[in-house]
Amino acid sequence: MASLGRLGDDAKRAIKLVSVPFAYAVLLLALPLAAVLLFSFWTQDFLDIDRTFTLRNYQEALGEPIYRQLLVRSVLIAGSVTVVTVILAFPIAYFVSFHVAPSRKSLWLFLITIPFWTSYLIRVFLWKVILGYNGVLNTSLLGLGFIDEPLTFILYNANAVVITLAHAFAPFAILPIFVALEKIDHSLIEASRDLGESRVTTFLRVTLPLAMPGVVAAALIVFIPTIGDYVTPRLVGGPNGLMIANMIQTQFLRLNNAPLGAALAIVAMLCVTVIALLFIWLNRKWLRSQ
Amino acid sequence: MSLRIYAIAYLIFLYAPIALLPIFAFNDGTIIAFPLQGFTTEWFAALATTPALHEAVQNSLIIAVTSAVLATCLGMCAARAGTMEDFPGKRGVLGFIMLPLVLPEIIVAVSLLVVVVRVFGLTLGNWTIILAHTLICAPFCIAVLNGAFQNLDRSMEEAAMDLGQSRWGAFRLVTLPLVAPGIISSLLISFTISLDEFIIAFFLSGNSPTMPVYIWGLLRFPERLPVVMALGTILVALSIVLLTVAELMRRRGLARAGLKDTGGFL
Amino acid sequence: MTDLIALEGLNKYYGDYHALRDIDLTIPQGQFFSLLGPSGCGKTTLLRTIAGFEAPSSGVLRIDGRDMKGVAANHRPTNMVFQSYAIFPHLSVAENVAFGLRKDPRSKEEKGRAVGEALEMVGLGGYGNRRAHALSGGQRQRVALARALILQPKVLLLDEPLSALDKKMREQMQVELIRLQRQVGITFILVTHDQEEALVMSDRIAVMFEGEIGQMDDPETLYRRPKSRRVAAFIGLMNFLDARVGGEVSERKTAAPERPTDDPMLTRFRRQIGLLPKAPKALPEYVSGIEVEVAGLGRAVLPKERVPEALRHTGCTVGIRPETLAVLFEGEQTTSRTVDGVVDEVVYYGDMTYYDVRIEGVEKPLTISMKNLIGRPVLEVGAKTRVAWDERSLVPLGH
Repeated sequence: MASLGRLGDDAKRAIKLVSVPFAYAVLLLALPLAAVLLFSFWTQDFLDIDRTFTLRNYQEALGEPIYRQLLVRSVLIAGSVTVVTVILAFPIAYFVSFHVAPSRKSLWLFLITIPFWTSYLIRVFLWKVILGYNGVLNTSLLGLGFIDEPLTFILYNANAVVITLAHAFAPFAILPIFVALEKIDHSLIEASRDLGESRVTTFLRVTLPLAMPGVVAAALIVFIPTIGDYVTPRLVGGPNGLMIANMIQTQFLRLNNAPLGAALAIVAMLCVTVIALLFIWLNRKWLRSQ
Repeated sequence: MSLRIYAIAYLIFLYAPIALLPIFAFNDGTIIAFPLQGFTTEWFAALATTPALHEAVQNSLIIAVTSAVLATCLGMCAARAGTMEDFPGKRGVLGFIMLPLVLPEIIVAVSLLVVVVRVFGLTLGNWTIILAHTLICAPFCIAVLNGAFQNLDRSMEEAAMDLGQSRWGAFRLVTLPLVAPGIISSLLISFTISLDEFIIAFFLSGNSPTMPVYIWGLLRFPERLPVVMALGTILVALSIVLLTVAELMRRRGLARAGLKDTGGFL
Repeated sequence: MTDLIALEGLNKYYGDYHALRDIDLTIPQGQFFSLLGPSGCGKTTLLRTIAGFEAPSSGVLRIDGRDMKGVAANHRPTNMVFQSYAIFPHLSVAENVAFGLRKDPRSKEEKGRAVGEALEMVGLGGYGNRRAHALSGGQRQRVALARALILQPKVLLLDEPLSALDKKMREQMQVELIRLQRQVGITFILVTHDQEEALVMSDRIAVMFEGEIGQMDDPETLYRRPKSRRVAAFIGLMNFLDARVGGEVSERKTAAPERPTDDPMLTRFRRQIGLLPKAPKALPEYVSGIEVEVAGLGRAVLPKERVPEALRHTGCTVGIRPETLAVLFEGEQTTSRTVDGVVDEVVYYGDMTYYDVRIEGVEKPLTISMKNLIGRPVLEVGAKTRVAWDERSLVPLGH
């Protein structure tokens, strides 16, 4: 605290102010997470907690094929959702940033964000209605004569989860990319054209690298929450679409095995963190090689 | 041009599920599938006569209002501190407060469940959900309020003090009126998030469920689905109204500060 | 005149950064005082310290004899015009101007009249009901002035008030600020990085570098007799030549003709038509001074008081302003000393032409400005010329 004395009055006031939300986050986030970590090293027999330190939960979480499979599947699904969402979102962000008149940009953004704020549960459920055997998609396609019998590969499996989540996280992906694109000085693009690059190569050599921070942010902001999604796999995933969050819930609320659930949660979090850091690192490397 | 077509197709993809809501809410049939059976308002009427739903809505409203107010207060502290002078570790501290934004909600839910039930042995109730919702809404409030506070010229407050106001007077007479639209927008957004949040409420609700938890229960009974559709229709209409107000507030705030619209909530 | 503002040994640290270093400064009542310096020199910090937005780390600040330690900005007899003007966008022009009158015991009508008068004074009569964001930059500036002046502060602090305006508006506001300051008689302290602005407007200027006051003088002294190389370089254009300072000498010299800065041809013409008395016959005279050997120009003897004690018997820099040098056109005569040179660069400004002339023994060409008088040609690059100079325009500079 000795160094505090040398700060300006303004900085001291800022510290006082920020300490309130910070303390809240410490009490309700850091401490609970620490508790989860602690729990993951204990064991539980019905209702009694055995407080001897053990790695048994982790052995189980990583060793049992069912948990491993769920974890791998969660990563794969979240990965596909991220790729699909970002690829679908980029042209939209690009369109709004470069092809929409400035006065109408906020209207477009508003339109894009509205579906995101409407009941998540009901939205996911409606995808079930759309993708189902007698769903909207199949009945329309049948009615129009495009198909002879209902498509079955789009419900109660990982595909359905990917489609639904790609929909749910669309604005999360569009907004960061849009912000990054908005920051690009348009004279840079003109300069590139002036220096002899075509429209396509200008996009690849100027626009895309400059938009990359936005794309990375979009990817992370989609990937991290999706890996822990519970509702979508339960509603549209079927038995082969379940993810790690469903197992964590089962351990905590059904099987009453909180320590194993905690270990699964910690493993999932570590997984997310490692993948996110790896992703950031790879992206930095790529940008540097450009 | 093809980009515009793609954009419109994308909007259709975004709105497709929501567009179905009113269709099935007014459909006179218990199966949620085409073809439609005819028009009815029966499902809306059923909403009015479901006491369990009323209780859930009441819980949700209490939780949403309280966490919106708390989260906005926290958000104001953080956003204001963020636009003030730098201090050591500022980025880290603010980053940590923003962490719930990128943390899977199930982690927040599980960790709070562990602390409340296992560590302190307390019973779950609306208050546990309020605490958790405040935590996850705060980053959104900060994002919204950051915009409001950053647009604010720091010398405005100094000018007020220079003209004889105390620090508090300057805040009340100058800062508060200028960031008021941001505050309202922050309240509305956190209210909407809390009202809609399921996972945390699912883990942390006590005996009386919140609205999303109640809806989750209904989803298991096919014959109750049209009622869910009706409820969903009302919720969507409500959130569109709230968000439009929030957006208009945000724009008015910009206009008041004499700034150009740069778009976007977040 | 009493000193309205007195700073003694004022220091300000931000962590390890020493923003203000031992500032000693007094400003008398009614003066138009400027703090001039490059960005980051501490001038704004000093102004904000006087306003009460920054607390000094050490030292004393007195306003009107009263120690300001612990007195918050809202209780100081100072008011400020902010760089961004900080016009409250949610209030009307009149409400902005009346903002500081909240605790004023006068009646509403009287206050309204005062607001009207203040607006009238800055040329915004009738603008009271306008919304603040509907104003132009120059109008905002005037509102900011009216809002501060209505409180009749002892000191008005102006933080780069003209930097956001375009050139024409800036020049207009400079004149208006001077007029306003004369009218209200309040002490003005202006912060600016624009040396021309400072020279035009101020009674006295403090030039600041890296938290220190480099020199404090009236505009003319500051321009003609800068004390150090960095002050000289910051204000106007200056040629710098290496020099060796010798000791005191006493030698025979012819008296210089009066008004030597005038065109010699013109002087002669005036004398012929009787406007000037006949030149006194140059009497042999013994002058004593300090001997200085200037690279490229040669030996000169400067009056003792012009060469600071510390520079004697050392190598130093000598400054010479472009307008005190002259290029000679073909066939032109002069009584001044000359050196041969070659034109290296010509920049034509309309009323003036700036020449870079290379002379022997100096690496960097000398910059010379010439008024484009009628019939005076513009030399071309590569032209051979002579450069006329005068000992009296040499400024020995400390570091």
